[in-house]
Amino acid sequence: MKQSKVGFWLFLLPSLLAFTIVVLIPAIWGLGYSLTDWNGISHNVHFVGFQNYKTIFLGDKDFLHAFLFTTLFSFCAVIFINVVGFALALLVTSKVKCSTFMRTVFFMPNLIGGILLGFIWQFIFIQGFGAISKITGIQGFSNWLSDTTTSFWGLLILITWQLSGYMMIIYIAYIQSISNDLIEAAQIDGANYIQRLRKIVIPLVRPAFTIGMFLSLSTCFKLYDQNLALTNGGPYNSTEMLALNIYNTAFKYNDLGLAQAKAVIFLIAVATIGLIQLYFNKKKEAEM
Amino acid sequence: MAKRNIGHILLTIFGFILVAIFAAPVLILLINSFKSLKNIYLNVLSIPNGDTFIISNYPEAFERLDFLKSFSNSLVITVLSTAFILIFSSMAAWVLVRAKTKISKVIFMILACSMLIPFQCVMLPLVKFMDTLHMMNRPGLVFMYIGFGTSLSVMLFHGYIKHIPLELEEAAKIDGCNMFQTFFRIVFPMLKTILVTVAILNIMWIWNDFLLPSLVINKTGWQTLPLKTFLFFGQFSKKWDLATAGLVLCMLPIVVFYMTCQKHIIKGVTDGAVKS
Repeated sequence: MKQSKVGFWLFLLPSLLAFTIVVLIPAIWGLGYSLTDWNGISHNVHFVGFQNYKTIFLGDKDFLHAFLFTTLFSFCAVIFINVVGFALALLVTSKVKCSTFMRTVFFMPNLIGGILLGFIWQFIFIQGFGAISKITGIQGFSNWLSDTTTSFWGLLILITWQLSGYMMIIYIAYIQSISNDLIEAAQIDGANYIQRLRKIVIPLVRPAFTIGMFLSLSTCFKLYDQNLALTNGGPYNSTEMLALNIYNTAFKYNDLGLAQAKAVIFLIAVATIGLIQLYFNKKKEAEM
Repeated sequence: MAKRNIGHILLTIFGFILVAIFAAPVLILLINSFKSLKNIYLNVLSIPNGDTFIISNYPEAFERLDFLKSFSNSLVITVLSTAFILIFSSMAAWVLVRAKTKISKVIFMILACSMLIPFQCVMLPLVKFMDTLHMMNRPGLVFMYIGFGTSLSVMLFHGYIKHIPLELEEAAKIDGCNMFQTFFRIVFPMLKTILVTVAILNIMWIWNDFLLPSLVINKTGWQTLPLKTFLFFGQFSKKWDLATAGLVLCMLPIVVFYMTCQKHIIKGVTDGAVKS
């Protein structure tokens, strides 16, 4: 008995040690730093109470903008990603030719890292769209990344391109679990494709929508690499998302205490999203 | 019947149009990597032919990226981190499943909750802490990946181990195996499918990770591929000829990886998303 207790801790030790040092202690420490005026270099750290939070809520227009931008962006992106992802899943499960090849291509962008994706699309938006504009004479295609509205769309296109293939994989798993008998029975009863989709497929893959939507929501909310590489927040900070704003506050303006306070607010936002997800998932499980 | 065939043909055509749209950014990048800067500016969409086709962008991008070095840095860090995560997390998950005590439940809960913490929230204290421990180097980076990879990996192993019957382990114990022998000889080999899933998920994020190495790695010779891509691109942002070739080079390893273990990747992603 005593030996197995030692064994228990021995087996846990490596993981727990790394986890504690890398995640747990910094997380708790971070809460403390958010109450100071730490600038990252000076050893002279003062406790300032909730001053940082006050500064953020009363006057940090950039942070407020980043928050609203991130929320709006994530909201649009979730819809785009999941609608496209579900459509792709329907397509490749519908007995079309070469569906394996199609899956391969649709999923591919996911593996390429965010930094690379950002630069690839920077090239496409600047050079590729520029060329289209020259050929067609439509002004709307030029200078996509130097305009506030089109930059927003640029980010949205990038993230949809990246994540819809991932969501497709999740939807495929659920669509394939629908029994063929059900579909055939509906076919015999004369239900057309749209009717079968509305009455059978969509209700049965509903749990996948919950997973897909919240997975994409939390990814978009935490977006950093793509944001950095594609627009770097520009033009005029208009596309600066939360993660980038926190990074800039810390390292561009050397205001680590303030950045940490922003990070705590960020944590609360992300945790809220995560907990809502958990709630809905549990509710779905209960229904099944 | 004929109507259905036409429907299928139309659907297949539609599918290939979508494939073309999805592949277009990468293909455009690829064709431009074989052009001179002048030809890129002249026409991005043209396919380079005999006169305009050049290969010289590649050797130069290769050299400026210090490709072999950054590639092997990325490879070593990813492989080591993933290997340690696989061993340590499965060990931890196993004892957490088998010991039905309060403390194991509490540890499990803490791990689960920690998945809600975004990286930005621990980033600043972590860097400071690691600095005092003199771990702002490659071993330190691997250590940090183990820490960040632990929670999700333990969750996945935990869910899998729960469904493994106890009998084999008990038999091993009766035969005189100690805990290490029981785990590494009996349990670990049974985890093969979940090991692949966890490995894939960790490889995908560690290989592509940018922010953590950018904070930790401060020596040129230690840079990983995403870091090098960023610096390379920042420096030569108007030199699209070199940049396109460089981006293609950086993409190559992951594309090769995808082609060789596509089946496992798709399965790993499905299992990881649906079960966590």
